[in-house]
Amino acid sequence: MTNQAQLLPGTLDLLILRAVSLGPLHGYGVLLRIAQISGNALLIEQGALYPGLFRLVRQGVLKASWGTSENNRRAKFYELTAAGRKRLREETASWNRLATAIGSALAAQPEET
Amino acid sequence: MKLPDSLRFRIATLFQRSQMNAEMEEELRSHIQHRADDLERSGLPRAEAERRARVEFGGSLRVKQECQEAAGGTLVESFVQDLRFALRMLRKSPGFTVVAVVTLAMAIGANAVVFGFMDALILRPLNVPQADTLYGTEYGLDTGFQSYPNYLDLRDRNRSFDDLAAFTFAFVGIDTGENPSRASGYATSGNYFDVLRIQPYLGRFFHGSDEHGRNSAAYLVLSYVYWHSRFEDDRGVLGRVVRLNTHPFTIIGVAPPEFRGTVLFISPDFFMPIVNQEQVNGENILDARGSTHGIFETFGHLKPGVTPTQAVADLQAVGAYLEKTYPKEFAQKSFSLGHAGLTSFDRAVRAFMTGLMLLAGLILLAACANLGGLFTARAADRSREVALRLALGASRIRILRQLLTEAVLISLVGGTVGLLGNIVLLQRMSLWQPFPGAPIHVPLHPDARIYAVALALALLSGFLFGIVPVRQVLRTDPYEIVKSGSTARVGRRISLRELLLAVQIAICAVLVTSSMVAVRGLARSLHGNFGFETRNAMLTFTNLAMAGYTGDGVATMQKRMIEAIHTIPGVEQVGLVNNYPPLIYAAGSRVNIFKEETKDRTPSNIASMPYSFDVSPEYFEAAGTGLLAGRAFSWHDDKNAPALAVVNREFAGNLFGSVPDAIGRYFALQDGTRVQIAGVVEDGKYLSLTEDQQPAIFLASFQLPSSQSSCLVVRSPRDPQQLAPAIRNKLHELDAGLPVDISTWNSMLDVVLFPARVATVSLGVMGAMGAMLPITGIFGLAAYSVSKRLRELGIRMALGAQRKEVLQAALGRPFKLLACGSAAGLLLGILATRVLSFIVYQATPRDPLVLAGVVLAMSLLGLVATWIPAQRALSIDPMILLREQ
Repeated sequence: MTNQAQLLPGTLDLLILRAVSLGPLHGYGVLLRIAQISGNALLIEQGALYPGLFRLVRQGVLKASWGTSENNRRAKFYELTAAGRKRLREETASWNRLATAIGSALAAQPEET
Repeated sequence: MKLPDSLRFRIATLFQRSQMNAEMEEELRSHIQHRADDLERSGLPRAEAERRARVEFGGSLRVKQECQEAAGGTLVESFVQDLRFALRMLRKSPGFTVVAVVTLAMAIGANAVVFGFMDALILRPLNVPQADTLYGTEYGLDTGFQSYPNYLDLRDRNRSFDDLAAFTFAFVGIDTGENPSRASGYATSGNYFDVLRIQPYLGRFFHGSDEHGRNSAAYLVLSYVYWHSRFEDDRGVLGRVVRLNTHPFTIIGVAPPEFRGTVLFISPDFFMPIVNQEQVNGENILDARGSTHGIFETFGHLKPGVTPTQAVADLQAVGAYLEKTYPKEFAQKSFSLGHAGLTSFDRAVRAFMTGLMLLAGLILLAACANLGGLFTARAADRSREVALRLALGASRIRILRQLLTEAVLISLVGGTVGLLGNIVLLQRMSLWQPFPGAPIHVPLHPDARIYAVALALALLSGFLFGIVPVRQVLRTDPYEIVKSGSTARVGRRISLRELLLAVQIAICAVLVTSSMVAVRGLARSLHGNFGFETRNAMLTFTNLAMAGYTGDGVATMQKRMIEAIHTIPGVEQVGLVNNYPPLIYAAGSRVNIFKEETKDRTPSNIASMPYSFDVSPEYFEAAGTGLLAGRAFSWHDDKNAPALAVVNREFAGNLFGSVPDAIGRYFALQDGTRVQIAGVVEDGKYLSLTEDQQPAIFLASFQLPSSQSSCLVVRSPRDPQQLAPAIRNKLHELDAGLPVDISTWNSMLDVVLFPARVATVSLGVMGAMGAMLPITGIFGLAAYSVSKRLRELGIRMALGAQRKEVLQAALGRPFKLLACGSAAGLLLGILATRVLSFIVYQATPRDPLVLAGVVLAMSLLGLVATWIPAQRALSIDPMILLREQ
């Protein structure tokens, strides 16, 4: 557990979108999917997930519907809307730009004079 | 379309709130179940798995709250929740609620009433369109008085006003064919209604184009009220001819109901063109440029873009022109602008309103301080609840919001109650006629503005006292409090709550001091020396013009009236004074006096400007004015005898140094008449009770051109109830067509004392209300301190403490606060009464009776407020108490 990375502020929404983009998920499923796709490197506090989900629904990037889970329990499933797919594309691109920029900044060597 | 979608979502969430809640709960439950499924699969027993899942998830209350906030619409939702909770809490402690609501209702009510007055008197004194650009010109000594020729020049030569209108008063006998009666109205310039931009209710108004010189426009416009009461709403009244002082006038219109003239407090019965005023006043003012009282007020709308400062400069320029052109008649004094309708009282009314507003504000502040204290105490009592909610994961903001909701709820309820009371009160007052018969009323209209102000005040005060306990809540440490229970930390030096209470007691003492000073001032002004004796004196007003007397007929008739009244049994003296006696209807008018030797009687050489009254022989005896030296007039001082005057001590002292020196000396009037001083009488009051000592002269009325309007002063120990009909009968025998008004001098003085009375009554009410406020505050503190220290007091008693010592321990602090607060308040009150002395005659705080009264009142207050807590402290049974705790 100790080698888990701290979530940067604002990245939770991106992770949720990415997780849901692979197929409709219920809340617990989102947690599992994030753990899975990040290779257990990112762990999200269970309570923090739901406000994020509700916020994204309000913003119209997620839509929710009730269904039955693989455990045969009633659960609320989330999936991306068209706006959500667009947002995911944009934020992925912008994250990549940022990560590249920071990566190259950190990798820069002092120039020979 | 994102926005409408989210908006629709918000609205939808509002209505599906409970469903949302249920869904949210189900979703979280489902989450925990799924987690438990996983844990179970890893080998835990089901029960243990579920427990572990719940622990991992953490405080679901907080999650739910955050979800609600994230889902939007949460503000309204949580507000409704807060509101419900607040209602529940308030219902649980009805005592607290009632005290808080009543306190606020009084404070808000008082403020709303005062604002109502201010609204009516200062913000929009006249009910006419665009009143904000309507200005009256003040000339000289803060009055609008002006002569008619000067008015014409002002009107035609100024470049700042759209047009200038002017008016003066007209008191007439009106004969509609059946019993003649007196009526009062305005004689106005022809453009009066056009300048005011108002339209008639019925018929038409007269206009500038109707004026064609002296006595050319015998038209009459009735006020709505007069039309209603005297003509019983008869629409056929248009075109009817009625007689004003025996001259025929044609009724051409009725003014709208909301228009009550252009002088505050005084609503006219009718309006007539000023070019006809000679017919009703008997005196032609149209050509008298030197007169200072031809016109009561001149006013008009400023042209667009002209500022009051520019207008004043413009008026000064006209004044300079007039002074150059008419050096003899026109004395250049400065012009200024005032609110139309208020020019003569502007300053007094403003001072009065400022004082009142200040006091009302203080009351509201005191109420807030008090409620803030109550809320702090309540928050302390509820610290366990707050701590519990914090521990369960509620955010501090949320708890504060809840407390604030409670405060605002109370303030709104209190504000509403206060406003309801205020509406009833204002409506009563707007119908109130302080003097039956006199056209005086207070123009109050409760309306949306007042409601808005009251609402704003209520909300503001709600936030104000709701915020007081904030610090306390923010500091709350849930673990400490849940663990140890609430214990008062005794011995803190001074808490915010105590400070607030001290401030409040001080404010209360200010109010009590002010009201006592005012009451004492009024009492003194009622028994002050006016320079005449009002007891056993009746005033009989007649205007011989109303029965058609002119020229020599007037003096003859006046002598006959005096003789006739003398024959009534019980009548001791009868004196006559032209127009009105001193103090009545602000009758004192000034004349220019020159030294005997002054050749050039220009304004710059004026030696004195005393008030002047024309009186008959016997007037001084009838009025009870003491003669200091020389003699009064006799019946031999007629037109053939040399002109004589009686002057007051002030005048004698100013001009001749002393009373004996003045006897036999001469002075000159404006027209050059040499007048010899026959006698000197005591000083008195002439125009208002609050004036500084003024010079005054009395001329012999029968040596002067006679005035048709006069007042007979009848001195008799007989009961006024019997005397009045006797006088009326006598005068009726002389002339059945002459309207007569009879009242006691004392009742006429009520008019003069009116402002002081109003001030005193309102201050008295305020003082009483102000005194109510800290009672709850002190009571709260005392009760709080007793209940927090019950255990300690019990132990003290068990150890043998005396009753006195217990009381000292329990109530020492509230009493100390009371003493400090009162002392501070008394000092402040003494300072505040400087403001008061503008309005209330002889208001002085340096009065042992006032000081003693304040101290007594404050001690009584403390006694009342601490009585119950003291009883509770004394009735402690240490055994029971110690067993219980």
